[in-house]
Amino acid sequence: MSLTSDEVNRIAFLARLAIDPDKIDAYAKDLSGIMNFIDEMSAIDTETVLPMAHPLDQAQRLRPDEVTEHNQREAFQKIAPKVEAGLYLVPKVIE
Amino acid sequence: MHEKTIRELSEGLKSKAFSSLELTESFLQRIDRLDPSINAFITVTPERALEAAKAADVALSGGTAGPLTGIPIAQKDIFCTEGVRSSCGSKMLDQFISPYNATVVDRLNAAGTVMLGKLNMDEFAMGSSNETSFYGPVKNPWNLETVPGGSSGGSAAAIAARLVPGATGTDTGGSIRQPAAFCGITGIKPTYGLVSRWGMIAFASSLDQAGPMAKTAEDCAWLLEAMAGFDPKDSTSIERPKEIYSQGLDKSLQGLRIGLPKEFFGEGLDPDIHQAIQTAIGEIEKLGATVKAISLPHMHLSGPAYYVVAPAECSSNLARLDGVRYGYRAENPKDLKDLYMRSRGEGFGAEVKRRILIGTYALSAGYYDAYYLKAQKIRRLISDDFKKAFEEVDVIMGPTSPSVAFQFGEKSQDPIAMYLSDIYTIAVNLAGLPGMSVPVGFSKGLPIGMQLIGNYFSEHRLLNVAHRYQGVTDWHQQSPKL
Repeated sequence: MSLTSDEVNRIAFLARLAIDPDKIDAYAKDLSGIMNFIDEMSAIDTETVLPMAHPLDQAQRLRPDEVTEHNQREAFQKIAPKVEAGLYLVPKVIE
Repeated sequence: MHEKTIRELSEGLKSKAFSSLELTESFLQRIDRLDPSINAFITVTPERALEAAKAADVALSGGTAGPLTGIPIAQKDIFCTEGVRSSCGSKMLDQFISPYNATVVDRLNAAGTVMLGKLNMDEFAMGSSNETSFYGPVKNPWNLETVPGGSSGGSAAAIAARLVPGATGTDTGGSIRQPAAFCGITGIKPTYGLVSRWGMIAFASSLDQAGPMAKTAEDCAWLLEAMAGFDPKDSTSIERPKEIYSQGLDKSLQGLRIGLPKEFFGEGLDPDIHQAIQTAIGEIEKLGATVKAISLPHMHLSGPAYYVVAPAECSSNLARLDGVRYGYRAENPKDLKDLYMRSRGEGFGAEVKRRILIGTYALSAGYYDAYYLKAQKIRRLISDDFKKAFEEVDVIMGPTSPSVAFQFGEKSQDPIAMYLSDIYTIAVNLAGLPGMSVPVGFSKGLPIGMQLIGNYFSEHRLLNVAHRYQGVTDWHQQSPKL
């Protein structure tokens, strides 16, 4: 299969990933190659095969609903790109 | 001093032949002198190291030292280290000073090891040559024109160049084993869930597994013993009794059944590697093992399944990097969408972007069944192949990689060619099995690695086989002239 430049633009938007416009064609070519490689999977019938979610078929472990982590806002915000008064700043969303 | 194994260094520390401070200073000087040409380290942490060494010396004098107390190691930069940059090889996290330690880091610190710094790697562990690192490629110490393998290329190169006696690595599709093979060192990827993933920056959560890398199997056993064990903070950590990997390594190999899958010795395998593996297996037979031809019929589907599962999971894991709470933020965003798109577009390199795009596509509306679900079904088939094989054999052996270390630029323009360098290692991650690479020879002056694959939780047996093999060979003692 091959991906068009339009499809690459659509996926890039879904992934919120800015791609240099003059590189879109190169990505389309690389991604098409990878998708062709992946498509080898379709040659095999897996109708009755159970998908594998965990190698040891382990179920998700539950834990008691207790507070184990404490608030570390200051430590976390120290490494944030932009904060003010304990809030993370981003460009205005609502005018 | 730098040629000694961890076990030998530990004996030297215990007998006061040298102090941890002297040992640490000696390795730091070696890093200063040699690393500019190898680029194995992203960050060297001399002040912390000297402080930790002094504390280790106190423990050694006070009689409270464990086997790893005072041993210098280094951490792959994928592990979060409190107060130290944890970049994951990416511009995205170039300024990221982790506020906490990964469990693996905590455990190795608690064991008394001395961290010398953080090791270079492919960006977000996505690569097989270390060429995708934001900090520039690592050079293979055996030949500076060739790649060290990836993604744990900094770890493998640092050990090969004797800049550090042991290091951590992570392996999602071969990232411990393939660089270990390319650099002529020993490394083990444990069973999925054996070593905690907490604080290890996630690439593909259902495949990622941390493990030790060192000169010898015995050193790997010592490190794994400190690293492994249940961690309630990792939701896929396995709860089971702790094993003592450092003991019983000398156990006889009499009666060991080795399986040789025909799919590992077909077209595309370098004849020199084929020859070296045969010779190595001959050595192990002399130690009492028997050999049986087996088949893993779905092996050829492991690449395609992997390149759905890994990118799908990475696209989801890397969604958190949006320029808001930590990591790179683009300048002067005009709105929130622009902030997200440019922070990610400018912060990630080309290979990471390719994988995010593939993963996003595979998970987008209407494609889930055709890709992710299909790949998870193929995982089952691959895992069943191994299950069947392990009814007949104890250890599967074959090459770690189809070629020895390749030249810089040789595969970096062709993603598929690069992906094929992990052709023998990927299936092990899909099945969640333990796998190992040990040095078994050279071709054109470059090391050859042999892969050992065991059943779930057979790390002890793999280390035992590798240790016995290293008892009768000296490939693991060879080091490059620098």
